[in-house]
Amino acid sequence: MEKNNYKGWLYLLPAVLFLGVFLVYPLIDVFIYSIEEGYNTASGTSFGVGLYNFHYILQDPHFLQALKNTFLLVLVTVPLSTGIALLISLGLSAVKKLRSLFQTVFFLPYVTNTLAVGLVFMLLFRQTPYSPGLFNTLLGLFGIAPVDFITGPYWAKMFTLCFYTVWVVMPFKILVLTGALASVKQDYYNAARIDGTGKLRIFTKITLPMISPSVFYLIITGFIGAFKAYSDAVAIFGTDLNAAGMNTLVGYVYDMLYGNAGGYPSYASAAAVVLFAIVLTITVINLLVSRKHVHYN
Amino acid sequence: MKKQTNPLIYIFLTLWGILVLFPFYWMVMTAFKSYSAYNAEFIPQLFVSDPTWENFTQAFTAVPLGTYFANTVIFTLITTAVMLLVTVLAAFGFSRLRFPGRDLAFTVFLALMMVPSELVVITNFVTVSSLDLRNTFLGLILPSVTSVFYIYLLRENFSQVPDELYYAAKVDGTSDLKYLWKVMLPICRPTVITVTILKVIECWNSYVWPRLITDDQAYFLVSNGIQEIRENGFGRDNIPAMMASVVVISLPLIVLFLIFRKKIMAGVARGGTKG
Repeated sequence: MEKNNYKGWLYLLPAVLFLGVFLVYPLIDVFIYSIEEGYNTASGTSFGVGLYNFHYILQDPHFLQALKNTFLLVLVTVPLSTGIALLISLGLSAVKKLRSLFQTVFFLPYVTNTLAVGLVFMLLFRQTPYSPGLFNTLLGLFGIAPVDFITGPYWAKMFTLCFYTVWVVMPFKILVLTGALASVKQDYYNAARIDGTGKLRIFTKITLPMISPSVFYLIITGFIGAFKAYSDAVAIFGTDLNAAGMNTLVGYVYDMLYGNAGGYPSYASAAAVVLFAIVLTITVINLLVSRKHVHYN
Repeated sequence: MKKQTNPLIYIFLTLWGILVLFPFYWMVMTAFKSYSAYNAEFIPQLFVSDPTWENFTQAFTAVPLGTYFANTVIFTLITTAVMLLVTVLAAFGFSRLRFPGRDLAFTVFLALMMVPSELVVITNFVTVSSLDLRNTFLGLILPSVTSVFYIYLLRENFSQVPDELYYAAKVDGTSDLKYLWKVMLPICRPTVITVTILKVIECWNSYVWPRLITDDQAYFLVSNGIQEIRENGFGRDNIPAMMASVVVISLPLIVLFLIFRKKIMAGVARGGTKG
């Protein structure tokens, strides 16, 4: 048996140091910041302790706008992307030819730079005085009048953001669901086929229960990911998201910290704590629901 | 059992394939259009009639794309290397060595996995600013070198290496470090490669922290670079040149992906979170 000594800690030392300074200390600190009122970055002093920061952000129209945008984004993109991913994965598992090619192509958005490809989407959706842009040209074929999807009406901007978000998050979901579908035992299908079970029934009674852990995993990570949306929005609408009216909760935190409206770590911390509370609540609800409906082997 | 696949499935998959590929096609094609040809189009054209390399020259001369690119390479290499060193050592400590407080420490590490980066970034920003590390590589790299999740992945893999190997090595008088380097790492190479690739992707695309911590263009990474190009770029709305920059920025990861396709997809399935 190895000696029972403290040498093992030496191996942990670098990790412990880095985590201590950049993860544990900031984690405690953010809660302290969030309740320090009138904190001054330059002098490092504050007036006192209280809930003023929360009070302030909850009345800030920019924060409320960010809250609304984020909730809309979550409610639209999570069910939509999970649903489409499920359809695509079912399609993938039904084909033999070209499957590997499809899988490779579908995965591409995962390895692209969100900011860079967002610029391409901005280009495809925007309308300029010189050109309606490609998406509007396409809509024109169906007799729909052009709309500026980048700086135009709110619903149009939201549509672009949701569209791009779904495009970005699909690879991961397809990958996970394809893996889950491949691991369902063929025996179940054979048995069902012998019994003459219909396709829809096979899907709802065998496939869906068997892959339900993966589906719920995707829903949970999808919620968390969508609540933290930020760079997708920057990629499409530029860095000044408040001006575009398209800020997200995370964007609000960063804008409070730094940038044109920045320099308020206390407000940023309060917003971050609110975001964290929302994400935690949703995750707990998801877990409770999944315990009832998910079939774990 | 031979079964005919429904052609509708192929059509559906192809449609999604087009939706995925089209932005890439558009970016490459636009990058080869000349500035005047692009701006003369009222209805966007799906093809290039007169391809030109001029936009790529522009991208490297009119804006410091080369600098952004080099910065990102340096940042990615150093961050990934240091991250590997830190996480491998920690994972080895957790999986192979015995010491007081090990299990408690591991539980604490696991709990830390749940901490969202958005919560800690505020204080980190203040810390790095007060250390005068803004606009330095050190400031960019330091907060990104530890990942509890990778420690966890490596530790799981290290634990599968049979103990007998360790005792045999001990009898031969091999030191712990040498055992880690000569035995453990070669056996666990697939996981180490997975972790490396995931980190490289993460570094190449990182945006939030670099944006907070650099405002000097000399230290911009590609994500911030492209945003800068978009907002203040070529002095005019030079879309083809912007697309050339986007192509240059996207290419390395796509090439990496095409080479290590299986490894990357398996790695992301195990440890990816984006989505």
